[in-house]
Amino acid sequence: MPERIATIASRSGLHARPAALFAEAAGDVGVEVTIAMQGDPEDDALDASSILSLMTLGAAKGDVVVLRAEGDGADAALDSLVKLLETDLDAE
Amino acid sequence: MQTFPGVGVSPGRIIGTVRQMPKPISEPPAGEQLAGGTSAEEATAGLKAAATAVHDELKARAETASGDGKAVLEATALMAKDTMLLKNAAKLIARGTSAQRAIWEAGASVSEMLHNLGGYMAERATDVLDVRARIVAELRGVPAPGIPSASTPFILVAEDLAPADTATLDPEKVLALVTAGGGPQSHTAIIARSLGLPAVVAAAGVDELADGTEVFVDGAAGSITVDPDDAQRAAAEAWATNASLLAVFEGNGATADGHLVPLLANVGGGKDAVAAAGLNAQGVGLFRTEFCFLERDTEPSVEEQAAAYKSVFDAFPGKKVVLRTLDAGADKPLPFLTDATEPNPALGVRGYRTDFTTPGVLERQLQAIALAEKDSEADVWVMAPMISTAEEAAHFASMCTAAGITNPGVMVEVPSAALTAESILREVGFASLGTNDLTQYAMAADRQLGPLANLNTPWQPAVLRLVGLTVEGSRAEGHNKPVGVCGEAAADPALAVVLTGLGVTTLSMTARSLAAVAAVLKTVTLAEAQQLAKLALSAPSATEAKAWVRERLPVLEELGL
Repeated sequence: MPERIATIASRSGLHARPAALFAEAAGDVGVEVTIAMQGDPEDDALDASSILSLMTLGAAKGDVVVLRAEGDGADAALDSLVKLLETDLDAE
Repeated sequence: MQTFPGVGVSPGRIIGTVRQMPKPISEPPAGEQLAGGTSAEEATAGLKAAATAVHDELKARAETASGDGKAVLEATALMAKDTMLLKNAAKLIARGTSAQRAIWEAGASVSEMLHNLGGYMAERATDVLDVRARIVAELRGVPAPGIPSASTPFILVAEDLAPADTATLDPEKVLALVTAGGGPQSHTAIIARSLGLPAVVAAAGVDELADGTEVFVDGAAGSITVDPDDAQRAAAEAWATNASLLAVFEGNGATADGHLVPLLANVGGGKDAVAAAGLNAQGVGLFRTEFCFLERDTEPSVEEQAAAYKSVFDAFPGKKVVLRTLDAGADKPLPFLTDATEPNPALGVRGYRTDFTTPGVLERQLQAIALAEKDSEADVWVMAPMISTAEEAAHFASMCTAAGITNPGVMVEVPSAALTAESILREVGFASLGTNDLTQYAMAADRQLGPLANLNTPWQPAVLRLVGLTVEGSRAEGHNKPVGVCGEAAADPALAVVLTGLGVTTLSMTARSLAAVAAVLKTVTLAEAQQLAKLALSAPSATEAKAWVRERLPVLEELGL
C-alpha cells in the first residue's frame, strides 16, 4: 500500500484551522486516506478526513506522521496531502 | 395592550419584532430503541441526511462570518459530518438504538475524549456537544439551538442567556434583550450593558410571545408592551436621537459644582482596554485578570501573564489601572485551582482564598504584574478579591511588597470587609466595592436566580449602607484612602449619583455606560447627591429607594435612562 511520511509544519500542530483544512482536503481526494503517528501500528491508523480523529491524534509541530492510501490516484493524493502537512498553515 | 413588567437592566426604548430563542434540546431517553418498522439502514441514512443539513447550514454561516468566528464555524461544520462521529453512531443504531440516542451517545464519548486530552482539544469538546444538539434538532424537525439567524434585526426573547449564547450574539442583528428569568446581575444583564443594548430581565411570561409580535421595550423602566401606542412610538424615536448623544463621554467625570469623580472602565484584556481608551475612560477601575486563565488546564507562565497584563497597561499610559488578582471559583472554576465538588461554591474557596489551598499561583501572578509594570507607563494598582478580614489584607499587602508592588488594595465584596473597613484600610492603600457580590452576600441571594431579582439589586438600602460604612471606615482610618465602586451598580446613572453622594471617589463600569453616567452626574451638585444618598438610605425598600431618587432626577426621563 502506498505510504508517505510527513513532518507537521503548522505552529499550532494538527489542531484548529490546520486540522480543518487538512481534513477537508483529505475528504476531497477521492481515495480513503489514513493517518498515524510514525511508529504506531497500521491497525491504529485513523481516518484522515475526520477532524475529530485528527484532533485526538494530537500531532504537534515537528511530529512525524504516516499517511496511507490505496486505489487509483493514491500516490498523487498522498503527495498533495504531504505538501499540505509540511506547510505552516497558521501563517496563511 | 398587554404589558409585561420586569427589571430594567440596560436603558433604551425600542420597538421591534420578537424572535424567541429556541428551547435547549432535551436528551433523548436512555435506552431509546428504533421505532417499530424503521430499519437500522433507514435510521442511519436519516442521521446522515440530518448531519449533512447541519453541515451545510454551518458552512453557509461560516461564509458570511469573519475572523475567529469563521474559523470556529468552519471546524464545527466539519464535525457535523465527521466520519468518526457518524460511524460510532451507526454502530449503536445497528444494535437497535434510535438515531437520536445514538448520535447523542456518540457525541458524548467523543466530547469526553477531547475533554480528557486537555488544552485546545478540551475547548473544542463543547463544539461537539453543540453539533450533536443541532443534529438532534434536525432529526426532530425543531429549530436549532442557539440565537436564531434572521436577515432583519429583532428583539431576542429567551428564558435566560448563557455566556456561550452571548458569544455568538451579533449586535447588528439584535435590537434588545428580554428574558423571562435571570436577575439584574445575570450574564444577560452584563452582556447587554457591554453591547449597549436595551434589556429587561425577570419579565415572567414573555417566553410565551409569538415570533413576529411587535413590542415596545423600555430598558430603563423595565417593561415590555405588546402593540405599542403612539406615545411609545414617539418615545422610541426620541431614544434613537438621544442614544447618539449618549454615546460620547468627554473624558472628565464631575458633578455640576466641579467635584471630580473619575469615571473608569471595567476590562477583561487588551482588546477591551483599547476599546475603553477609545471611549475616553479615565483609566481602568477593574481589570479582571482571570480572562487570561479561563479555559486553561494549567497555569500560564509568568512571562505569558506579564505580556497579557502589559497589553492593558499600554492602553492607558500615565493613567490609573486597577488590576484584580485571580478571582477563580464559584461561577468561574479553574481546574488547577478550584475544587468543583464544593457543596456551596459561592461561600467556598474562591478569589483570594485559593491562596490558602494552592499557594504559589498568586505569588507568581504578582511577579508577572511587577514585571509588566516595569516596562509600562500606567499607574498600576493591585487588589485582591474576596478579602474578609484585616489579617488577610495585611498578608496580601506583604505579598505585594515582596513582589515589588507599591500600591496594594482590596475588593470589598464580603459584608465583613465593609463592616471592618477601618482596620482593613490600615493595612492597604485603597478599597474597591464589588457591588455584584456584595449584594449577593448581604442579601443571601444568588446572582443568577430570576425569582430573587428583587432582592438582588444594589438599590437595597442594606447594600447602600455597607457602601456608606466602607467610606466611613476610610475616613476614620485618617488618610483619605480611596474607596471606589467597580460593580454593575456604577453603570446605573441614578445609582452613580447616590454612590457619589455616599462619598465614593471613583466609579468603574462597562465603557459603554460612561457617557450616560457622566451626563447625569453633571446635572447635580455634590450637596444634592449627598441629599439623594440620604434619601435612598432612609427608604424602606429597594423599590422605593430607586423610585424616590429617580423622581428627583428629571434628567433621567428626558434622556430615556
